[in-house]
Amino acid sequence: MTDLEMPSNETPILETRQIYKRYQSGTTTLEVLRGVDFSLEQGGFLAVVGQSGSGKSTLLHVMGLLDAPDSGEVWINGQRIDNLPARDKDRLRNNSIGMVFQAYHLLPEFTALENVLAPLLIRHGIVNWFSQKRAAQEQAEALLERFGLSDRLHHRPRQLSGGEMQRVAIARALITKPQVLLADEPTGNLDEESGAGIIEALAELNRDNGLSIVLVTHDADIASQARGIVRLAAGTVDMMNPGATGSAA
Amino acid sequence: MSSYSRFIVPTLAADAAIGAMYKLLLCWRYLRTRWIALASVISVTLGVATMIVVNAVMAGFSNEMQTRIHGILSDIVFESHSLSGFQDPQWHIDEIKRAAGDQIAGMTPTVAVPAMLSFQVRGQWVTRQVMFIGIDPKTHAQVSDFGRYLQHPANREQLSFDLREGGYDTIDSQNPTETPTRPALEHAGWPHRRMRVNRERLWKERLDSKKSAENAPARSVDQQVDAVLAATSPRGDSSETPPEAAATNEKRTNPFQTARPNQGHVMDLAEEQFTGIVPGIGLASFRNRQGVDQFLSLPGDDVKITFPTAGTPPKAVSDNFTIVDFYESKMSEYDSNFVFVPIDALQRMRGMIDPQTGIPSVNSIQIRLKPDAKLNEVRDRLREVFPADLYAIATWRDKQGPLLSAVDMEMAVLNILLFLIIAVAGFGILAIFFMIVVEKTRDIGILKALGATSSGIAGIFLGYGLFLGLVGAGAGLVLGLSITQNINQIRQAVEWCTGSRVFDPSIYYFFQIPTIIDPVTISWIIAGAVAIAIGSSVLPAVRAARLHAVEALRHD
Repeated sequence: MTDLEMPSNETPILETRQIYKRYQSGTTTLEVLRGVDFSLEQGGFLAVVGQSGSGKSTLLHVMGLLDAPDSGEVWINGQRIDNLPARDKDRLRNNSIGMVFQAYHLLPEFTALENVLAPLLIRHGIVNWFSQKRAAQEQAEALLERFGLSDRLHHRPRQLSGGEMQRVAIARALITKPQVLLADEPTGNLDEESGAGIIEALAELNRDNGLSIVLVTHDADIASQARGIVRLAAGTVDMMNPGATGSAA
Repeated sequence: MSSYSRFIVPTLAADAAIGAMYKLLLCWRYLRTRWIALASVISVTLGVATMIVVNAVMAGFSNEMQTRIHGILSDIVFESHSLSGFQDPQWHIDEIKRAAGDQIAGMTPTVAVPAMLSFQVRGQWVTRQVMFIGIDPKTHAQVSDFGRYLQHPANREQLSFDLREGGYDTIDSQNPTETPTRPALEHAGWPHRRMRVNRERLWKERLDSKKSAENAPARSVDQQVDAVLAATSPRGDSSETPPEAAATNEKRTNPFQTARPNQGHVMDLAEEQFTGIVPGIGLASFRNRQGVDQFLSLPGDDVKITFPTAGTPPKAVSDNFTIVDFYESKMSEYDSNFVFVPIDALQRMRGMIDPQTGIPSVNSIQIRLKPDAKLNEVRDRLREVFPADLYAIATWRDKQGPLLSAVDMEMAVLNILLFLIIAVAGFGILAIFFMIVVEKTRDIGILKALGATSSGIAGIFLGYGLFLGLVGAGAGLVLGLSITQNINQIRQAVEWCTGSRVFDPSIYYFFQIPTIIDPVTISWIIAGAVAIAIGSSVLPAVRAARLHAVEALRHD
């Protein structure tokens, strides 16, 4: 699946150093992250658990460059990325980070196939696109087929079930062959069976393709399927599962 | 490091130059799923269409008016301030030639004085105020389109102040297909004159016989008619003096009579004419609501004209004239005001010829320039040579300046007002786009999460605005052009539906609404409309671009 060049095992694929993030609402300041140190090794699969409001989604957004920390550093593959210009961050989001959300976040105007192609549509200019279109389409079809959606290629999101939509979203995250996949409560809106299928798919991607995954969940059962668990509480990393490939500060 | 370099190296230069593919795709999808946005475009369409139609019609009117004014006036008018004019037109013509001869195509002298025109309609005398203009029939047609506006084909070729033996156009030669015919002109000319004179003689005969009936035994009506016909037949020996001829005889006491060639001659009105004149058609006819011309008098009829002499103080003198043709420039101001007469006759009657040297005076010299000559430059050159306190030198544009600039002003105001309509449409686009941005907030968050740049997001909405602008302006262009092309049919349809005249030819003096489609104007209108559409999408686009990805994703 991945043809990424493998960096040395000492370099974590994703790392945060002393991340602070606070939200101001009126006169009250809410400190969501208070010096989070987090690290995911190449090929790792970490579940981030914590109660609602513990800051796990915020951490994921900071790692996915959707949100900027008030202080602290985000490193990907040995490069600091939180201080890059906006355009380079956009490019990183497009190329290197795959994201899956609880609410699927598919574009309603696009078909399943087009949704999977969306990151490539964003990456390529019009002229370039027509030379890439064929290969990209084949790749997207292959991904959807892998997730059992080969008969749903031209369906709009609203014609798909929740599980199907989430699988489309995963396929979309994978089409760019990212270095790391960030999943934010991917099973939150799904029934148990569909949710289990999604987690199974993620575990398979990690196991078979060596994809590095960060999975945010509040469900202990789901978290247990990851190779390591990081618990966030009161804005700090509270406890690392001893078997995790991550390391606590 | 090695893999990171991949991120910052631009994928392809073309990506930056041309927008990314998703923008185009999303624009198209939004357009297909949001027809409400097209509603805002309807006002752009209507605004553009209205602007195109109004500009075409206004340009048509303006052009028609300018052509007519220019057709009537020569390029440059060289005038004396005084009605008495200046002496020796030939010397002036030579001087003008010396000043700007290289740009001049032709010149002709004219004499113009205010006068009163009197003619009989059903036995009643009608008097009108006119401008009495003496022209040189040989050269006048060279300096203006004068000849084009006459009703007799031969006069259009070469004007003659001799009455023609019929053959006047019964259709409008300038607009043969559109206008109603003028059957009254069929018998105009000598046949009309003979018939009229004979009718008058018959009438007089009857009156006389009525008077004599008291003394003499009554004759049968047949005998009376035979007697009259014998007396008035063209070959017949006319011993009577008709009233008009009697009036001429009275003029023996007129001091100018000495110069007249027909002194002492008793005219046979059925065979001879007075000095020919060409009055404007509006003086002798009126146009009814159907656009049909009703004639009060015809070529062949006689009129009296009273005008001032050239002396100081001017004295009013009057004479008889015979209408030989009508002048129809289709500018009602001229058509109901001008009466043309041979210049030498007018000079003689006004005493404008120096009795010792025989050198005449004229009021003005009409100058026609060569096609590529510069109007204002020639005017300025002549103004340098001739003192302004003696001569007024003006171009045809100067003379009609207020009228032409009024039309221009009207056009400018209308354009501003109509452009405001499109600007209002712009606010519609603005509102609808803001709505779409709010509605699509989550999608914008998704796109940002997937790596779309802020400028790329803005580009979606700007492109959307551009597309709507193009669609609106394009539809407006098609609508506007088709209305312009068929404006006269539309006018007819509206008239048929409402039963009232939308475009009254008795007011406008043309039967078709004239239009001119100017590609430059249309390009400006389209460009303005598209610019407004794009401009209105800027604010929503910027707002979309500034959305925070995480907040946008949380938006419901």
